[in-house]
Amino acid sequence: MEQQTIRIISPNELLTETLLLKNDGYRMVAISCTNKNGMELSYSFDKDYELLNLRFIIDCDVEIESISCIYPFSFLYENEIKELFGVKIKNISVDFNNNLYKISVKTPFNMKKEDE
Amino acid sequence: MGNRTVIPFGPQHPVLPEPIHLDLVLEDEVVVEAIPRIGYIHRGLERLVEKKDFQQYTYVAERICGICSFMHGMGYCMTIESIMDVKIPERAGFLRTMWAELSRLHSHLLWLGLLADAFGFESLFMHSWRIREQILDIFEQTTGGRVIFSVCEIGGVKKDINTEILQKISEIMINVEKEVTEIANVFLNDSSVKYRTKGVGVLSKQDAFDLGAVGPMARASGIDLDMRKLGYAAYGKLKFEPIIETDGDSYARTSVRIREIFQSIDLVKQCITLMPEGDIKVKVTGNPNGEYFTRIEQPRGEVVYYAKANGSKFLDRLRVRTPTFANIPALLETLKGCDLADVPILILTIDPCISCTER
Repeated sequence: MEQQTIRIISPNELLTETLLLKNDGYRMVAISCTNKNGMELSYSFDKDYELLNLRFIIDCDVEIESISCIYPFSFLYENEIKELFGVKIKNISVDFNNNLYKISVKTPFNMKKEDE
Repeated sequence: MGNRTVIPFGPQHPVLPEPIHLDLVLEDEVVVEAIPRIGYIHRGLERLVEKKDFQQYTYVAERICGICSFMHGMGYCMTIESIMDVKIPERAGFLRTMWAELSRLHSHLLWLGLLADAFGFESLFMHSWRIREQILDIFEQTTGGRVIFSVCEIGGVKKDINTEILQKISEIMINVEKEVTEIANVFLNDSSVKYRTKGVGVLSKQDAFDLGAVGPMARASGIDLDMRKLGYAAYGKLKFEPIIETDGDSYARTSVRIREIFQSIDLVKQCITLMPEGDIKVKVTGNPNGEYFTRIEQPRGEVVYYAKANGSKFLDRLRVRTPTFANIPALLETLKGCDLADVPILILTIDPCISCTER
């Protein structure tokens, strides 16, 4: 099985930790979000075929920083999470303002039960 | 500065089999910026894990895309098997690897046909797809399906292949190799084809890394990145090295895929030679509890599956990061500075799969 590490961080450490990984030659693989007991965000990075995940959990109303100033291509992942889950992400280098996807409902991966 | 114009490209365009939209900012005939828009057919398949149990979801995973159907099923099964600590039989690993490489083979041949069609070489397009038919026939004979196979399940595979059919596949591979050699010569050496691909849409190694490119897109720019080196299924027992080119242009991306066709033929042959006897599946009991990230190499590059399970039949979360999604920023970079006439070819050279992206 592939070696993979999950490192729990606080949202405030995100930019610092990401910058350290970038400087260490890590490639950003994906950003994933899970809506269970809050928004669990996992930032996945790879170096020499080993996966390292930075993870933190936030409430939906907490705003977090974009890492697009460090990994410019993260804008797609961040727009997706913003649009599907309603996570508030600020300073995305290319912000589609919830128009990346042509979807008919708001935040379909974070809907109230009565809306579903 | 020339006249600036914004031209909408897609979502419907003759070169695009699936919808993606680009706002192309042009100065005269040269693209200076491209802004993407996706989501025209977003299906929300990831959320279906809340309604289909983890066994049933294998069928949904296979339907994420019609080209990498088998690999989606395999990647999903591998993720659940890792969470449940299920070890599949060795023969199942070899069978999975063989179907995966046959899938890569047909996908690259399909792409070569589309590329030929895009630059107006109709007979080359037809030859590419004619050769591909032989691979689809193998799928039909071994699984019963030509597009969606439904042979992968959690714990192994559902169908075995007998020695006689394996021998027949081996013979077909020899014929496919011969025929691909003929069309490869045209793709790589014909002056009119080279004129459309050589030096067009260059992506440097640094840009490919900085923009998160994966698969042939990254390897054509000199990045040694191939998830098969993780050794999943039977890859750890086969001999191969990632195919790398360094020019980073459309020609290099074509060359990588053509060389990967020959590599896949070789891997299929190795699977047939080394295929061990034995069971093809193990019984899986209980429900998954835990989480895992799986990465495999699809024809278009690295795909990531993340599953989080809670011990019930239904997963809390399934996340699929597809290679086309990862390659969009690199595509936008290659479009900068290109002629408007080259845009369709450049979009094709990332081998976009919008169906995967709109999972």
